[in-house]
Amino acid sequence: MRLTCPLCGPRDRREFYYYGSEDYLNRPGPDAGIDAWDDHLHLRDNPAGVTRDLWYHETGCAQWLRVTRNTVSHEILATELVAERKKGPAA
Amino acid sequence: MRILGKGQVDRSRPVSFRFDGRSFQGYQGDTLASALMANGVRLMGRSFKYHRPRGVLTAGSEEPNALVEVVGATNQTPNVRATVQEIFEGLNAQSQNRFPSLAFDVLGVNDFLSPFLSAGFYYKTFMWPRAFWEKIYEPAIRRAAGLGRLSGKHDEGAYEKAYAFCDLLVIGAGPAGLAAALTAARAGAQVILAEEDRQLGGRLLADEAELDGAPAADWVASVEAELRSLPNVRILTRSAVTGAYDNGTFGALERVGLHLPARADLPRECFWRISAARAILCAGALERPLAFPMNDRPGIMLAGAVRAYLNRWGVVPGKRVTLFANNDGARATARQLMAAGIEVAAILDSRTDASAVEDCPVYLGARITDTSGRLGLSRISGTHVGGQFQILTDCLAMSGGWNPTVHLTCHMNGRPRWREDIAAFVPSDGAVPGLTTAGAVNGDYTTHACLAAGHAAAVAALEALGRSAPAVTLPRAEGTPYRHEPLWLVSGKGRAWLDFANDVTSKDVKLAAQEGFTSVEHMKRYTTQGMAPDQGKNSNVAALAVLADATGRGIPETGTTTFRPPYLPVSIAAMGAGGRAMGFAPQRFTTSDQASRDRHAPMIEAGLWYRPSYFPKPGEKTWREACDREVAMVRAAVGISDVSTLGKIDIQGRDAARFLDLVYTNTFSTLPVGKVRYGLMLREDGFVLDDGTTARLGEHHFLTTTTTAAAGLVMRHLDFIHQTHCADWDLRMISVTESWAQFAVAGPKARALLNAVLDQPVEGFPFMSCGTVSVGGVQARLFRISFSGEEGYEIAVPTRYGEALFRDLLAKAEVMGGGPYGMEALNVLRIEKGFITHAEIHGRTTAFDIGMEKMVSPKKDCIGKAMAARPGLTGDERQQLVGLKLSDAVAAFGGAHLFTPGATVDREGSEGYVTSVCWSVTLKATLAMGFLKNGRARHGDLIRIVDHLRGIDVLAEVCDPVFHDPAGEKLRA
Repeated sequence: MRLTCPLCGPRDRREFYYYGSEDYLNRPGPDAGIDAWDDHLHLRDNPAGVTRDLWYHETGCAQWLRVTRNTVSHEILATELVAERKKGPAA
Repeated sequence: MRILGKGQVDRSRPVSFRFDGRSFQGYQGDTLASALMANGVRLMGRSFKYHRPRGVLTAGSEEPNALVEVVGATNQTPNVRATVQEIFEGLNAQSQNRFPSLAFDVLGVNDFLSPFLSAGFYYKTFMWPRAFWEKIYEPAIRRAAGLGRLSGKHDEGAYEKAYAFCDLLVIGAGPAGLAAALTAARAGAQVILAEEDRQLGGRLLADEAELDGAPAADWVASVEAELRSLPNVRILTRSAVTGAYDNGTFGALERVGLHLPARADLPRECFWRISAARAILCAGALERPLAFPMNDRPGIMLAGAVRAYLNRWGVVPGKRVTLFANNDGARATARQLMAAGIEVAAILDSRTDASAVEDCPVYLGARITDTSGRLGLSRISGTHVGGQFQILTDCLAMSGGWNPTVHLTCHMNGRPRWREDIAAFVPSDGAVPGLTTAGAVNGDYTTHACLAAGHAAAVAALEALGRSAPAVTLPRAEGTPYRHEPLWLVSGKGRAWLDFANDVTSKDVKLAAQEGFTSVEHMKRYTTQGMAPDQGKNSNVAALAVLADATGRGIPETGTTTFRPPYLPVSIAAMGAGGRAMGFAPQRFTTSDQASRDRHAPMIEAGLWYRPSYFPKPGEKTWREACDREVAMVRAAVGISDVSTLGKIDIQGRDAARFLDLVYTNTFSTLPVGKVRYGLMLREDGFVLDDGTTARLGEHHFLTTTTTAAAGLVMRHLDFIHQTHCADWDLRMISVTESWAQFAVAGPKARALLNAVLDQPVEGFPFMSCGTVSVGGVQARLFRISFSGEEGYEIAVPTRYGEALFRDLLAKAEVMGGGPYGMEALNVLRIEKGFITHAEIHGRTTAFDIGMEKMVSPKKDCIGKAMAARPGLTGDERQQLVGLKLSDAVAAFGGAHLFTPGATVDREGSEGYVTSVCWSVTLKATLAMGFLKNGRARHGDLIRIVDHLRGIDVLAEVCDPVFHDPAGEKLRA
């Protein structure tokens, strides 16, 4: 598997650390309540199809990436820097 | 038997080798199989289950029968295919799965027991008595049913791994592959051409084909010469592409040194990982054996293999050859043998409408119904349209048609498609993104079609790569269409083998269907069809046809099993090349490493780092003696320890302080410049992530330290928090762990020692200060922090000065009664002082559990704060950090469980556990840290420590975890 880092170009997946769903980007406020936090930390969809998740280019540029990929076809649809992501819901 | 004037072996270079202890001679270019057959050897192995005598079936890596052990000086490789292994001077091979010898194998008795050893026999027999299965039956069956043996020793051979990148990967160098590679190469694309054989050419070499009216080998040589002259082409021979993976990644196994005598400078094999923008699979096709009664005797071979041995190695495996086939193409075998002067007894054509005009007898509508010859074929008999035949023959060439080598197109879940006209599976389009197929793999069996398809596939790939196609003139080639009539099984009294390697017969497949295993995946697992080293390359389609017949379905409805990587056996040693022993993980060494080893310190691993365990003095017999001395030395004088392995993260920017307030539970924005503060970091779920000190070197400049083990984890965490939650803050950070060598100097004489090495003595440098100092003219950083409870400093210099400073500190310390201390003493010192490590913050403990809940600032948000406050993470029910004290010396009992004295000692009764233990030479007591339910309210109580593993059962006093200098007077001295 290969990911295209927006800074470093196409790289083998072994350069990256996988974290999890892009849900981690939407941190609740300190007073959001226990359910919102539980949802944020623990509850995940497991879609067959397009997902967005977070990868860290650990042995490269140390940037966190948001990767849009298809869990069925394994196609990588987009990679973008988390720090420069466009806000808003997943496409 | 060797034929004069045939083959491409180098007859000027004889090669001697050994097989089963006997010496033989072959020629440079021979495989073990061709050389043995040239010497008249037909018997090369015993079958897996019935121990039947077996000889060579094929001329390639799909060989199911001729598996041998190759014995080297330091290793023994089992299951080597004699058809792939090239001979070299001194090669020593032996047959396998036989006792005492290949010709006389005691377990040949299994063959007579075959009625009792049908598919799944072990599910039905050997059931009683139950206890016998594990001790007697299974070991006996495993010994009897076997492949080769390993040496039982480590494989000391060298293996390599490599990475390659290209625009176009061409898999297979037959006519299609060569045409594709040539086209792409001339267009200037970066091309890798991978061929599993030692030579390029594929079937062109084996078939004595003609191109442009000249031998095909001439064209192959001219294409190879052109490809080798181009800088944008890499040719990998002896390299089988083993798997297709995501995003254009392919695995390939190269036999680098296996065909040569062992050489220290040459790896045995190399595992390639190839990243290709596009790929063309020109894998060709594999010939199908025919299933007829007793079809497994040595001397019964594939017709295409007989042709290959004749044309490539000048070898004929018999004196009187018979051909049994269901297609036109196989006739070439008989014609070429006759042209070479070999007697062909007959052509048995299963079809009734085929031509009967040949230079030898032709029987139409022929079926072989029996064969004989104990260690090799001697006679066949059967029927044809005109009656019956009996033929004396020592070699039968058979052909049931061809199966395209679709394997790689199935590696990413692709399902092959059934083509009725050729009665075979072909690849589905787009089965592997970026990969197209060309030539015989698509069922285009003529040389003309292969050349054209290879060229067309390359033109399409070039277009996808944005390149224009160059002019390539393809040679004229034969284009006789493939004519055949399927023949899956000849019924008769004897067994008809489908899977030679696993001894699966047509009866086993029918039995599976009869017992309800009608799905192809169930049949496969019940009969073990296709599960041998050849993975069913020779037999899967035929077995499928027999199953389809037995269940009354068509072949496409019956389906096909899934081909998974690897295409052929890959040694673990090649895949894990470099990963043995110390190659398993990278090693990181501190600047003081050599100085520590000079003092005979045993080094222990800390993450990837190596740190000294203790520094033995003459006369000290155990680590404990050294450790006790080092602890006492630090408490009484001064000790030095390399702490460079702790993670160091340099954080700068106008929002650096604000950032630290977010990631730490406590506040750093209030920390004055020139001061150090201890910080606690939580995970977002409220559990402790790490701890460490942070120094404020300037208004907008901090240096954060992490524990050794969590350095990478914390860096990743900080980058995550920054980039996800506050990317717009003015903030930059980087790991500087390897930029600084840092040494702890601890003990009552620490300041005196420091002043002996510093250019300017330190004065008025209170506890938790930091600043810049000078050592021998080099600017250094000084921190007054302590992990021992003594007056302590850590001095950091740029890494290149680390070793010099360490040696200087040691020399000056020893004059003062001090010296170096290792990890053992460091551990005792920190337990005496109640300092935690990852033994305590092991991922399941909270700030409350370790007694640091007051460090979670109520005035601000921080990572983990919300979840740390959730129900269940605080209160009396939590197991809380406590000290445990025993006056006696007790062996270490880390991991022991804690019980209230008198309570039942069982899993439910456990109230906590021990995390750290030491003998305190300072307090003359055994000290431990651990977690005990409601422990902070139980100081002064007795608790029972039970360690079932070490047989320890003792009582200890629960106390505060700070045993030594609880008021911290020494620390602040």
